[in-house]
Amino acid sequence: MTTETIPPVKLDASTLSLDSVSLWQITRRRLFRRKSSVVGMVILAILILIALTAQWIAPYSPTLSMLDAKPSQNVTKRSAPCIYALGCPTDQPQHIMGTDGNLRDEFSRMLYGARLSLMIGLSTVSFAIFIGTVLGALGGYFGGWIDNLIMRVMDVLLAFPSLLLAIAIVTVIGPGLINALLAIGIVSIPAYARVVRGSVLSVREMDYVSASRALGGNTYEILFKRILPNALTPLIVQGTLGIASAILDAAALSFLGLGAQPPTPEWGAMLGSERNQVFTAPHLVFYPGLAIMLTVLAFNLLGDGLRDALDPRLAHMS
Amino acid sequence: MPTYILRRLLLSIPVLFGILFATFALARLIPGDPCRAMLGEKATKVVCDEFNHRHGLDKPIIVQFGVYVSEIAQGDFGTSFRYSKPITELLMERLPITVELSFAALLFSIIVGIPLGVISAVRHNTWVDVVTMMWANIGVSMPVFWLGLMLAYIFALTLKGTPFQLPPSGRLSAGLITIPFFEVWGLELTKGTFIYNISDFFSRMNIFNAVLTGNWEVFKDAAIHLILPAFALSTIPMALIARMTRSSMLEVLGQDYIRTARAKGLSQRAVILKHAFRNALLPLATVIGLSLGGLLGGAVLTETVFNLSGVGRILYDGITARDYGIVQGFTVVIAMFFVALNLIVDISYAYLDPRIRLN
Repeated sequence: MTTETIPPVKLDASTLSLDSVSLWQITRRRLFRRKSSVVGMVILAILILIALTAQWIAPYSPTLSMLDAKPSQNVTKRSAPCIYALGCPTDQPQHIMGTDGNLRDEFSRMLYGARLSLMIGLSTVSFAIFIGTVLGALGGYFGGWIDNLIMRVMDVLLAFPSLLLAIAIVTVIGPGLINALLAIGIVSIPAYARVVRGSVLSVREMDYVSASRALGGNTYEILFKRILPNALTPLIVQGTLGIASAILDAAALSFLGLGAQPPTPEWGAMLGSERNQVFTAPHLVFYPGLAIMLTVLAFNLLGDGLRDALDPRLAHMS
Repeated sequence: MPTYILRRLLLSIPVLFGILFATFALARLIPGDPCRAMLGEKATKVVCDEFNHRHGLDKPIIVQFGVYVSEIAQGDFGTSFRYSKPITELLMERLPITVELSFAALLFSIIVGIPLGVISAVRHNTWVDVVTMMWANIGVSMPVFWLGLMLAYIFALTLKGTPFQLPPSGRLSAGLITIPFFEVWGLELTKGTFIYNISDFFSRMNIFNAVLTGNWEVFKDAAIHLILPAFALSTIPMALIARMTRSSMLEVLGQDYIRTARAKGLSQRAVILKHAFRNALLPLATVIGLSLGGLLGGAVLTETVFNLSGVGRILYDGITARDYGIVQGFTVVIAMFFVALNLIVDISYAYLDPRIRLN
């Protein structure tokens, strides 16, 4: 008679517990599963790479005007793109995207423009998130007249079409890149204030917050360590999408002559200054616009991906 | 319903005051003397003293705000030094062009956006859906001014000589004139009266006026001129509407009553159009309402690109000429217009969904 013996199960931590997966791991996995967000991340990675290495990969300085070029060098204003690999005669200087109206290398300006665009997006949104978070947290946590006052001010800001309000602000404080960024930052505060306020309101009365209060936590600790982390995910989503619209609005302001001033290599300004030449030198309008669109698209795709990845309730709709 | 409308109306009063306060404060932030900012650098001291006295600028700031509010309440939005005309008059001249453009753009985005969204939801996860959503993503990321310039390049230059050639700027071809419908009809209207102003306003919309007067040559020409700007302006709302319709349809299509409708043997067409689409319409009201604000902002860019002398173009000219009167006046009017639009959207929402007005 044989007795079957069951091999003893080795008990250790790896068999007893399920693999713990953090929210960020789930998010990353969901994000990479979505083709559109991968596309967004790839475009963004390329842009960041260009922005970081612009000074090494740009063939010319972005503000260098080749006015003193000798006639033999064949440098002409608004010349069409000339790429040797595509059969452009080698007696002409190579300008991958041609030259602009001030005899500058368009390609070099485009590369530096990536740096500026990313900076514009990040700085305006950081500014708006900072102010919006403070206002939203104060309103949501304290309620009463503070909340009422803050939210009515936000309502007024939201009552203006955002681009028009930004235009009005810049017209008053004066054109220039910094002022344009400030205007776009101000205009985008309400979106963040509302997100934060909503999150604060939804957890303010929860047991763990009361527990923290009962344990003697001070207002600062409760607000920043217990409540605000809840607003992080919606803020990340809103912020990513916000970068997209900030870049678009900044480009529009620069196009209208209210943002970046010459000779700053900003895509919107580059496009705006050559817009009357669209029929004779379309490349000077085409490339900057395409770059703006791709950058905005990258942030939009990433933002949509993050929203679906961070909010499982929406997962079925993607 | 009336209580809901009343409550909503009352709620917009503080916002209106806020708008007035914000634009008032903005005007006070202009560096230097408000008189020279409003009337131009060349204004003399005598003119300035008179201006300051008339607008109460020599009085305390609270009184100044009071004067500003009462002027607006009387329909006085200030004067443009560049055109030496009251803002109200400029608005009446230029607004019809913007209204016509925005209306065409909105119509276009609804006609294209809604069916695209519905098809995308019904054919969920097929290539139709993927392609539509890809285009919608590109559409919301498109700089309107770039699209406008590229369209002008393609349709006016590349396609020159083909039947698809379209004019890149202006509202009517040279030589064509449009006569206001009330003159064609032989109506004797006195200038300055309410009826005259309204009729004048509508007669400035070329397409509308051409239909009323039966001038089909002008109608065709005006429509051809409107295609490119309206299309450029419509991309963002079109993409937003398509996305919203799709997600709203997807949500509705997953409901039990849709399964019931299918189970009782209704045709696919009836299920989608009668059962699903009607319920998916609700969130669209909000998107369409909000798009209107975007259209007004986009009109500044589109009108600049296509050289249309609407509100947006005049605002652009005002900016470049540092005509603060135009910027301030137009900002107030557009913001008030926007508040009114939101009010209409909210009320229509309540009308469409009884749950909202009963809460």
